[in-house]
Order: sequence, then C-alpha cells, then structure tokens
Amino acid sequence: MTDMLRLCDVSKDFVLHNQGGAEIPVLLGASLTVNAGECVALTGPSGAGKSTLMRMIYGNYLTPTGSIRIRHEGAMVELAGADPRRVLAVRRRTLGYVSQFLRVVPRVATLDVVAEPLIALGEGAEAARARAGDLLRRLNLPEALWPLPPATFSGGEQQRVNIARGFAHPYPVLLLDEPTASLDGANRAVVLELIGEAKARGAAIVGIFHDADARAAVADRTFEIAPLATAA
Amino acid sequence: MTSSSEDLDAQPLLAVEDLAKRYGRHMGCEAVSFRLWPGEVLGVVGESGSGKTTLLNCVAGRLTPDAGRVLYSDRLGAVRDLHGIAEPERRMLMRTDWAFVHQNPRDGLRMGVSAGANVGEPLMAVGARNYGAIRSAAGDWLAKTEIDVGRIDDPPRTFSGGMQQRLQIARSLAAGPRLVFMDEPTGGLDVSVQARLLDLLRGLVTELKLAVIVVTHDLAVARLLSHRLLVMRGGRVVETGLTDQVLDDPQHPYTQLLVSSVLQP
Ligand SMILES: Nc1ncnc2c1ncn2[C@@H]1O[C@H](COP(=O)(O)OP(=O)(O)O)[C@@H](O)[C@H]1O
Ligand SMILES: Nc1ncnc2c1ncn2[C@@H]1O[C@H](COP(=O)(O)OP(=O)(O)O)[C@@H](O)[C@H]1O
Ligand SMILES: [Mg+2]
Ligand SMILES: [Mg+2]
Repeated sequence: MTDMLRLCDVSKDFVLHNQGGAEIPVLLGASLTVNAGECVALTGPSGAGKSTLMRMIYGNYLTPTGSIRIRHEGAMVELAGADPRRVLAVRRRTLGYVSQFLRVVPRVATLDVVAEPLIALGEGAEAARARAGDLLRRLNLPEALWPLPPATFSGGEQQRVNIARGFAHPYPVLLLDEPTASLDGANRAVVLELIGEAKARGAAIVGIFHDADARAAVADRTFEIAPLATAA
Repeated sequence: MTSSSEDLDAQPLLAVEDLAKRYGRHMGCEAVSFRLWPGEVLGVVGESGSGKTTLLNCVAGRLTPDAGRVLYSDRLGAVRDLHGIAEPERRMLMRTDWAFVHQNPRDGLRMGVSAGANVGEPLMAVGARNYGAIRSAAGDWLAKTEIDVGRIDDPPRTFSGGMQQRLQIARSLAAGPRLVFMDEPTGGLDVSVQARLLDLLRGLVTELKLAVIVVTHDLAVARLLSHRLLVMRGGRVVETGLTDQVLDDPQHPYTQLLVSSVLQP
C-alpha cells in the first residue's frame, strides 16, 4: 500500500482579531493517513471542522501546527508552511478539490471552466475540451449550457460543473466536500461511479458526505472529527 | 489563476530587497522585500494611501527609492541592480523587457495618434522597421485585445474607456515584455467592462506566461488575477501568501478587516 497523504498532529484555531481577539479552536491533534485507492470519509456534526481540515490539506487555510505531507511526483512533500509556489505546483498535478460551491469566473464558458485544469497542465485545448465534454455529458449537463458561464446556473448544475472540473485531470489525491449535496438520484449515482473509478485507478480520496448511503457506497473507513468546546 | 512557473529552484526574475521611499518626512513605503518568478502574478492590495503605487513605481524604475535594491535577472540570466545601473541602460530595459499599464489609459497612450501607431511605436522602439510587418502586428494585437481592426486608423480619443484600456494593454504587450506592472488596471471602468478586461488579462497573462505585479484595491480583481498577494498598510507589507489563503484565512488584523469589509471577494 502506498501512502498518499499523511496528516500528523494537525491543530487549528481561528483568531478573530476584530472581534476582541476571540479564539475558535477547531482541530486538535488530528492524525490521518490515506493510501492509494482508498476513500476516507470525514464525519462529525456540522461545524465540527470537516471542511476546515479539507481546506488545510488544500492549502486554502494555513496549518499553524502539525504536518501535512502529500506524495507529489514520487516524493512526500510538506504542505504545512509550504511556499505558495509549491502549493500551486501540488494543486496543479497532484491534488484536486471539489469545493462545496463553485467559485465562478465571470465570462468563462462552462466547457472551459472544466477544461482549464487540463490546459494548465499543458494539454491541447481540443483534447481538454473533449474530456470536459465527456464529463459534462456523463453528468447530464445539457449541451446547450456548455458555452455559457455557470454564473446563472442552478445550484445543482453548478455543482455538476464543479465535479466535472475536479475529475477532469486524474489527480492522485482528491478532496470532495459534499459532492452529492444538491444532486438528484441519477446524478448522485454518476458521482459515486466517478469516485469508484478514481479509487480503482489508485486515487486517494478524502470526502465529506452528508448522505449516509453515499458515504457507505464509496468510503472504506471514516475519520471522526469531534467538535471542540469553544473557549469563553 | 491556475498556472505559474513550474520550476521551484529557478532563479527569480525579480528580487526586491528592503525597499523604502519617503516623500519628505512622510513615508511612501518601507522595508518591502519580495521575489517574483517567471509566469507568476503577484497582487498588491491595501486601501488607498497604503503605498501600493509608490512601491510599484520604485520597483518599475519610475521612482528612485531612498533605500533598498531591485535586482532583475535579464534574458541572459545576468542580475542587474535596477537603481545601480546607468540611466540609459535602465531606460533600455524598461523598453525591451518591461511594460507598465496605468489606471488611466491617457497616461499610457498617445491620444492624438492612431490606434495602430500606438501599438506600432513600442515595436519600432525595439528595432522593428518594416512598415507592413508593424501594421500587421498592430492589427493582430487589436484583434487579441478585442478591438475591431477596422478602427486601426482611429485615434484612441474616439474610443470608449474600456476600449482605451484594452488598447493600452495591446500597446504595453506588443514588444514582448517579460515583466508587466499594472496599477489599478480595471480602476476607472464600469463593472461589466471590468469583467471583460479581467477575462482578457487572465487569458493573455496565462498564454504569454508573463510575470506581473498588479496593484489593486479590489480584492475580487486580486483573487481572479494573482497567484500570490502582498497586503500593504501604512507603507508596509503586513501579510503575504497564496492568494486564496490570504483572502479565506487572513491572519493579520488588518487583512481580516479588509476581507470582512467586502462581499465575497
Ligand atoms: N475562515 C474562517 N474564519 C473563522 N472561522 C472559521 C473559518 N472557517 C471555518 N470557521 C469556523 O470553524 C468551525 C468549523 O467549520 P467547518 O470546518 O466549516 O465545519 P464543518 O465542515 O464540519 O461543518 C466553525 O465554527 C466555523 O465557523
Ligand atoms: N508625490 C507625492 N508626494 C507626497 N506624498 C505622496 C506622493 N505620492 C504619494 N504620497 C503619499 O504616500 C502614501 C502612499 O501613497 P500611494 O503609494 O499613492 O498609495 P496607494 O497607491 O496605496 O493609494 C500616501 O500617504 C500618499 O499621500
Ligand atoms: Mg463543511
Ligand atoms: Mg495607487
């Protein structure tokens, strides 16, 4: 078994300087290893810190204490405290993230939103768009929407664009934050299939699934995040 | 933005060391250091008066700093101390390697001469002589910046604000600079015109693998264009980091205030 992601003794609190320096402790000493081909589901009540941990792995939130290492181009690379350029290089090749909500760039067509990660890796525009189209078709996004920017799409449509974008490149490590939340049954099944295929090709996946059936269908184990008491 | 330079060990294009500039007793900027790599877009954010323009002008060779150095690695890999070299050499670099995009297109364009001449001039300044080739290159740049090529003989004073700004971008990029400085490039424009310009800038920066320093007080612009951010306050850098990290998990009290003062940057 190849370890792809190793979290060691990771803690996090938020300090709200403009609200009297209020401290919100969220994570304390989290340690987790995820191997190739494995899906680990983060569990715990709303507000426990599941999304926070995921964002720390992605480098979107800082990791002030502890270590987050990822297998990038064959070697374990430290992400906690890493140079931004290293984080971007890891994101480009190794680490995919389907956030809860799509952050749209004005004026960029849906097909190009999905193809962008491939183009950034040097893939030709034609091939990248073809792959993007395959995914959007699989996720039942009507072809008439492909040339439009996703800004005006419904929540479920935006989420499918987001998923297609996250699955366009076969990332060795994938983070999925409630990927099935706003989808109907048929599209939920497609997403679970995509996750299954990613596992089969050896991807290490960390997921948050609000729906217990979806979790049971793809997760090999769970990792419980217990809420910490908020300091007075 | 998704792309930046791949090679983490590569030499930086630009190294700014402990830069300071005063206006009499008043501080413009102080103790600013950072590095920039090829293909990287660095955003400089902070409220009005925080020293962004002063910093940009010192780094771009348009103002002389009181302290500190700006080291530039040229096309041959030689490192040049921008404020240590002779004036003609610095002017030459600014013509061949660098470009500056002003907030106000009037400051970067010649309003009386044709659009084609505005784009052709920087080409001539780096040695182009063939009229036909210059005109056709100018036409290509107009097309790239979404300006109707039929307007090539019209002067920019007949253009809308958004078109003028796109023309300024065409003019600044025509000679193939390696490093582009932008001061509030979408500043004076309507929101819909801004979106189009941002989209254009994003595409060009990625396609041409430009290194860019973009000054903006608009966090949404910074998020869309830049890989990394410097947050300035009172002439000093208070926070730096990956753009989405600085905006989503700001550490400094001032950055937290800045981020919480706008809707979803
Ligand atoms: N950027 C942030 N700044 C301050 N507090 C945050 C930030 N992000 C998350 N939090 C807080 O961290 C806690 C955990 O949130 P989150 O990770 O979203 O929980 P979950 O995903 O488990 O529902 C919440 O109290 C939330 O308000
Ligand atoms: N030419 C000048 N003479 C005197 N003070 C100046 C001059 N230019 C800028 N300043 C002052 O320096 C500070 C930084 O200004 P500037 O760099 O223009 O900030 P920003 O671009 O962030 O708005 C401000 O306090 C400003 O008033
Ligand atoms: Mg969450
Ligand atoms: Mg300014």
